[in-house]
Amino acid sequence: METMLEFLPLVLSGVSLTISLALTSVTIAVLCGICGAAMKLSNSSILQVIGGLYTTLVRGVPDLVLMLLVFFGGQILINAIGEKTGLWTYIEISSFWAGTCSIGFIFGAYMTETFRGAFLAVHKGQIEAAKALGMMPRRYLVRIVWPQIVPHALPNFTNNWLVLMKTTALVSIIGLQDVVYNANQAGRTSQEPLTFLLLTFFIFLGLTLLSDIGLRKLGRIYAVK
Amino acid sequence: MELSLIVQNWQVFALGLWNTLWLVGLALLFGGILAIPLALTQAYKTPYIGKFSLAYSYAIRGTPLLVQIYIIYYGLGQFEAVRNSIFWVLLKDPYFCAVLGFSLNSAAYASEILRGAIVGLPKGLIEAAYACGMSRFKMIRRIALPIAYRRSIFAYSNEVIFMLHGSVIASTITIVDLLGAGRRLNSQYYVTFEGFITAAVLYMTIVAFISFAFRLIEKRYAIT
Repeated sequence: METMLEFLPLVLSGVSLTISLALTSVTIAVLCGICGAAMKLSNSSILQVIGGLYTTLVRGVPDLVLMLLVFFGGQILINAIGEKTGLWTYIEISSFWAGTCSIGFIFGAYMTETFRGAFLAVHKGQIEAAKALGMMPRRYLVRIVWPQIVPHALPNFTNNWLVLMKTTALVSIIGLQDVVYNANQAGRTSQEPLTFLLLTFFIFLGLTLLSDIGLRKLGRIYAVK
Repeated sequence: MELSLIVQNWQVFALGLWNTLWLVGLALLFGGILAIPLALTQAYKTPYIGKFSLAYSYAIRGTPLLVQIYIIYYGLGQFEAVRNSIFWVLLKDPYFCAVLGFSLNSAAYASEILRGAIVGLPKGLIEAAYACGMSRFKMIRRIALPIAYRRSIFAYSNEVIFMLHGSVIASTITIVDLLGAGRRLNSQYYVTFEGFITAAVLYMTIVAFISFAFRLIEKRYAIT
């Protein structure tokens, strides 16, 4: 118990990093998802192919492989481009951004399917009616389509968020000091690995429970009637 | 990208591929077996055990696989008693820990799929089975499980792919799986893209095979 209190600040700082990491990645994922869904739903066949490739690639390659590729490869690639074009000299990708961007990119593909499905669930007649009333695409997308996408997308969004939060644990492998990394450190130093790993286990379980309850409540408010 | 490097070291990738495949295969096998009692006790609300299954499945699905594997591989050795017991021979073996962790994980996800399918079975079907004089056990064995299986093929194909994706965690506990092979190549030759991209392409190929196989199975057996 004493050792637990001694290392508690370290573990808690990891928790705050995990949460900010998850929130940043989910924002990126939603943006990627909206772009992906827009591509898949567009009339241009090139964009459809790109959107299709995006989701197939992510479904095919494990998250950790993509993350390592972004973390180690992205750095080299960006600097090689900078050298060739002479636009920038040296950019270092921090592990935080490598982690959030790769997680965001990966979950963007799942969000793509979520948003695409939700968009298709919106009744066609509504869009036609909006057009008939003379609304421009931007206006009817914001006023008519988006408010209806939210309730349709929420259940899937909840699932994606729960999986995303667990995936953030992988960033400890690229050296980010999240809750898993810090708990591992604490466990090694104190020679009590199980204590701290179990603590991590229950922290993640708590985060899952909280978001599960919260998002379910939100889902009930926005439920399709 | 140096293709010759990859071709020269094909043995590493073959070993990685082999390890990944059998780890995932065993995990799915044991996970699938364990999923049956977990799903049945939850679906039929067996007193106490049903609640336990529910809690187990929720806890496993609510926490990262990485943490579960760490608990088994790094955590359990904390106690002198464990280290002195006969189980230590198994628990210090990363392969055993990986199979154990993956199986326990896969069981939770598979049980959730199976439970959903059992609960969703038409009431009349079950009543008809009882009306024919079947005992509960016989009804489950002959009616509920076979139909539930055939209804959950699609959802299970996703779980198989997720298990394959999750298996990369084996490389963090010193196992040379496909990703481990890529990492080994990278560190041996000081390269970055060769190992990871080869691993990524191979993973994609396996996923394509799994999807293809399940499409065949679905066509033959699936009922909606």
